[in-house]
Amino acid sequence: MSWRFLCDLLSGVNKYSTGIGRVWVAVVFIFRLLVYVVAAENIWKYEHDEFECNIKQPGCENVCFDHFFPVSHVRLWALQLIMVSTPSLLVVFHVAYRENREKHHNRRLYRSPGEIDGGLLCTYLISLILKTGFEIVFLVLFYKLYNGFKVPHLVKCDMRPCPNTVDCYISKPTEKMIFLYFLVATSCLCIVLNLSELSYLIFKYSIKCYLKRHIKRCQ
Amino acid sequence: MDWGALQTILGGVNKHSTSIGKIWLTVLFIFRIMILVVAAENVWGDEQDDFICNTLQPGCKNVCYDHFFPISHIRLWALQLIFVSTPALLVAMHVAYRRHEKKRQFRKGDQKCEYKDIEEIRRQRFRIEGSLWWTYTSSIFCRLVFEAVFMYAFYFMYDGFRMPRLMKCDAWPCPNVVDCFVSRPTEKTVFTIFMIAVSSICILLNVAELCYLLTKFFLRRSRKAGNPKHHPNHENKEETKQNEMNELISDSCQNPVIGFSS
Repeated sequence: MSWRFLCDLLSGVNKYSTGIGRVWVAVVFIFRLLVYVVAAENIWKYEHDEFECNIKQPGCENVCFDHFFPVSHVRLWALQLIMVSTPSLLVVFHVAYRENREKHHNRRLYRSPGEIDGGLLCTYLISLILKTGFEIVFLVLFYKLYNGFKVPHLVKCDMRPCPNTVDCYISKPTEKMIFLYFLVATSCLCIVLNLSELSYLIFKYSIKCYLKRHIKRCQ
Repeated sequence: MDWGALQTILGGVNKHSTSIGKIWLTVLFIFRIMILVVAAENVWGDEQDDFICNTLQPGCKNVCYDHFFPISHIRLWALQLIFVSTPALLVAMHVAYRRHEKKRQFRKGDQKCEYKDIEEIRRQRFRIEGSLWWTYTSSIFCRLVFEAVFMYAFYFMYDGFRMPRLMKCDAWPCPNVVDCFVSRPTEKTVFTIFMIAVSSICILLNVAELCYLLTKFFLRRSRKAGNPKHHPNHENKEETKQNEMNELISDSCQNPVIGFSS
């Protein structure tokens, strides 16, 4: 089990997406998943080993690291990627349900099971809202847990068993900060893409409904 | 998910590229991505562990390492490769959009649609003209800009392309000016120079491709201006011949590049 599974999932969703949805998938694949795997994982790989406190007291370093990094940036990043990709499963399930229904009734019930209309449109809109929601929740979580998106060089720790206020040094803080900002930028881009797609779909189908009603009235 | 996925994504673009574009893609995959994965990552693998400072002061090594290497060479290269590869996706999206339109026309039963079946639309190779020419040219221009920006960033951040053996650091909490020793400086210098050289080759290839496309564009325009009336059958025969030649050229370029399936 690896990121390959998520790639396959997103590739499957691509078939039923709009143009903006496909751009979103490309951004997630290339600027988030690929950057995570080839760069971010390696930067945070030895973060605990390289976290150094100016003290010989056993246990002080462990306690301080745990206090300042309850959940590592890189794990939160991975969780964000998984949660943000999962709402797309709703669309895949709905299309599979439609195809199953057609098979069961042995006749054509829909113009095309993958076409975004009717119930599938609602499912698609819900998945967009959920994706946007998760992105915002994780950005807020990042901000609250780490007091912004900065990674300091030095943190002062006075947790037991540290005998006094001890200086603890974080490894590669600048590099970590650069990649955190990159994460925030790509998340914001994905939020903008999701909102654009949402507006586009609502606008398109409102026009469609309005035209249908107009034609009916004329008839 | 790794560089292989990027190769799969970009491999599809190969079909619609010019010959120079195909060479560029080969250079990118073999001399940059592959070298990064099989060699450079191992050279830089122990960079912080083996970065040694002549002091026992806790924290001094971390701070000095962070001061001299705000972002590791490896990560900068990885970002450069990702950014430089991405404009090719614009072309892939444009081609996908054109195919989608042609499939829609075919399904509507449009008489203008000259295809026998949907498979033919899927297999068709689009010529680089019209709006696709603009997309393709913009993607090459973006690539050039990204390459130049990253090369400048490298030069600016590391004061040149040489990796020194020794760095003197007096950042707090180091008690005084402390000697810090970089691991494998010569090997890192060799690889840095290699990557910079290959980036320069890629820049030259992009410039050549841009010139080729512009020349072709102006030649086509002057030909159209010079021949306002033309015999449709004659032009079709010439176009078919040109198409066949393009296919032969593209096939002969694709063969050495094994694994880049269209």
